[in-house]
Amino acid sequence: MLSYVVQRLLQGFVVIFLVSFATFGIMQLAPGSPVDILIGEAQVSQAQIDAIERKWGLDKPWYSQYGTWLSNIATGDFGRSVIRTGMPVSEMLLEAAPVTLRLNALSLTLSILIALPVGILAAVRRHSVFDYISMIGSTLGVALPNFWIALMLIIIFSLKLGWLPSYGTGGWRAYVLPVSVLAAEEMAILARLTRGATLEVLAQDHVNTARAKGLSGRAVMLGHVVRNSLLPIVTVLGYRIAFILSGTIVIETVFSWNGIGRLFIDSIYRLDYQVVQAIVLLLATIVVTANLLTDLAYAYIDPRIRLK
Amino acid sequence: MNTPRTALPVPGRGGTLLGDHGAGMGHHERRTERSRAWRRFRGYRPGLAGLVIVGLLIVIAIFAAPLAPYEPNGIQTRLRGDAPSREHLLGNDDRGRDVLSRLIYGTRIALIVGLGATAIAVTIGVSIGATAGYFGGKVDFALSRIIDTLMAFPTLALLITLAAVLGPSLVNVIIAIGTTIWASYARIVRADVLSLRERDYVLAARASGAGSTRIIVRHMLPNVLGPVIVLATLGIGSIIILESALSFLGLGIQPPNPSWGGMLSDGRAHIRNYPHIAIAPGVAIGITVLAFNLLGDGLRDALDPRQRG
Repeated sequence: MLSYVVQRLLQGFVVIFLVSFATFGIMQLAPGSPVDILIGEAQVSQAQIDAIERKWGLDKPWYSQYGTWLSNIATGDFGRSVIRTGMPVSEMLLEAAPVTLRLNALSLTLSILIALPVGILAAVRRHSVFDYISMIGSTLGVALPNFWIALMLIIIFSLKLGWLPSYGTGGWRAYVLPVSVLAAEEMAILARLTRGATLEVLAQDHVNTARAKGLSGRAVMLGHVVRNSLLPIVTVLGYRIAFILSGTIVIETVFSWNGIGRLFIDSIYRLDYQVVQAIVLLLATIVVTANLLTDLAYAYIDPRIRLK
Repeated sequence: MNTPRTALPVPGRGGTLLGDHGAGMGHHERRTERSRAWRRFRGYRPGLAGLVIVGLLIVIAIFAAPLAPYEPNGIQTRLRGDAPSREHLLGNDDRGRDVLSRLIYGTRIALIVGLGATAIAVTIGVSIGATAGYFGGKVDFALSRIIDTLMAFPTLALLITLAAVLGPSLVNVIIAIGTTIWASYARIVRADVLSLRERDYVLAARASGAGSTRIIVRHMLPNVLGPVIVLATLGIGSIIILESALSFLGLGIQPPNPSWGGMLSDGRAHIRNYPHIAIAPGVAIGITVLAFNLLGDGLRDALDPRQRG
C-alpha cells in the first residue's frame, strides 16, 4: 500500500509539473506581448517599453520567465495582473474562490441528494413508468447544453413569472437557478450510474441469499444493495470534478457570478494572461488532487490494493 | 463508470466485430460477423432512431441552400425580433434574420466541427495510444504522462484558452477541440494494443519478419477499430456542445456565421425583448447530441459487446 501511495503521489507531482509547463507554453503562443496590450494605442517610446518589459521580467528568455513564475507560485505568489494595473493574481483568486466553492458545493449536494434515490428507485422498479421517465430525463439532461437550460429557466422564472432574479448573488433566490442548472447535468449522469450500479448489485448472489434467509425488503436494500452500489458512485464523483469545473465557467458567466469561472472568461476577453494561466493551473491542480484522493480512497477500500 | 477494458478475452470468434484480421479470418466469416453486428444494432430501437436522425441532419447540412427558406444572413430590419409567423416559422432574430434558415445552415457548422474535430482527435489519439501500447517501457511511460497531463485540464478551460490564443475561426475551433480531446482515444487504444501485444498471431507476424508499423497497422488497429468507432460517435455529441459553448462565449465561430452557439449568444443578449430567439438553437443542439448518443449506444451494442451496459 505504501509503495502505491508514494508512486501515485510522485505521478501526481509529475503531472502537475507538466501541466504548469503546458499552460505556460500555450500562453507563450499567444499573439502580442502583454506590453502591447497594456499600452494599446498610446504613443510610447521604445525606452518606456523596455522599462515596462524589465519591470515585469519580460526581457528575459522564456525558460527564465517560466522558472521565476513556477518558483513564485511555490511560495503562493501567482504574479500580478499586467492588465489590471498590478493587482496581485492571488488576491483576485481568493476573492473569487468562495463564490465558486459555494455554487459548486451546493449544486453537487443537490445533485447527489436527488440522483441517488432516483437511480436506486429506477433500478428497483426496473421497466416501470418511474424508471422510463427518470431515464428519459437523464438522457435529455446529458444532451441539452446547460447554458441553454439556464436561458430557458431565466425566460420562465425570471422574465415570465418574475419569481427569481436572472443574475447576481444577492439573497437565496439568486442561488436557485444557477445551482439547479449546474446540478442538472451531474444529476443526469449520477442517476444513470446509480441505476446501473444498483442493477448490477441486485443481480448478485449475496442479495439472493439475503432474501432467501428471510430478510425484509428494506433490510436487503439498505444492508446489501445500497451500500454496495454506492461505492462505485463515490469514486466516480472524484473523477467528475473536471467536468463540474468546466460547467461552472459557463454558468457563472451566464448568471454574472463573480467566481473563478467568470474571472477566467473575463481575463480571456481582456487578454490578461497572468490571470488566465494562474486559473488554468489552479483548476488542473484541483483535478489532479481530486483524482489522486479518489485513487487513494479506492485503494484503501479495495483490499486487493491495500494489502499488496 | 465503464467496465475496465483490459486484456479480457472476447467471447465468440476472436476480436471485435470488424474482424480479427490477424487471426486469418476468411472473407465469408468476416461477413457473417458483420451481419451479426448489424442484427445486434437493429435490435436496439433507440440506436436505429439515432441513425435516422443523424442521416436527416446530414441531408439538411448538405442541402442547406435549397432547404432554407431565406438567406441565413439576410437582414430585414423591419422584421427585427418578430415572433414566429407563417412566413417565418421560427420568427426573426434581433437583426431581422430568419431563425429557421440560420438554424438549417447551423447544422452544417455543427457537423463539420463534430466530424473534423473527431478526425483530428482519432488520428492523434490512435497514433499515440498505439505507439505507447506497442512499444511499452519508457515510450509508454512518457506518452502516458502526456495523456495524464491532458486529462488533468478541465476540457472547457483548456479549450477556451487554446481558442483565445489561436484566434476565433472555424478551422481554429476544429483544431482546438481536436487537440484537446484526443486523450480518451489514446487511453483505450493503448490498453487494447497492450493486450494484443502477446497474442499468438502478433508473435507469428513478428516471427515472420513483419515490421512494427506493419504489425500495428495491419494486425492490431483493425481489432481496436470497434471501440474507437463507438467512442467517436458518442464523442461527436460532446464536441457539438463544446463548440456551442465556445461560440456562445464569443470565442468560437464568429458572427455573422450561423452557428447554434452563436445564435444562443444572440438570444441571451436579447432575452428580455425577444426571448424566442434562444429557444430553437438549443432544441437543435439537444436533438443532434441525443441522436449521436443513441447511435453510439447502438453501435456499442453491435461493435463492442464487452462494453454493453
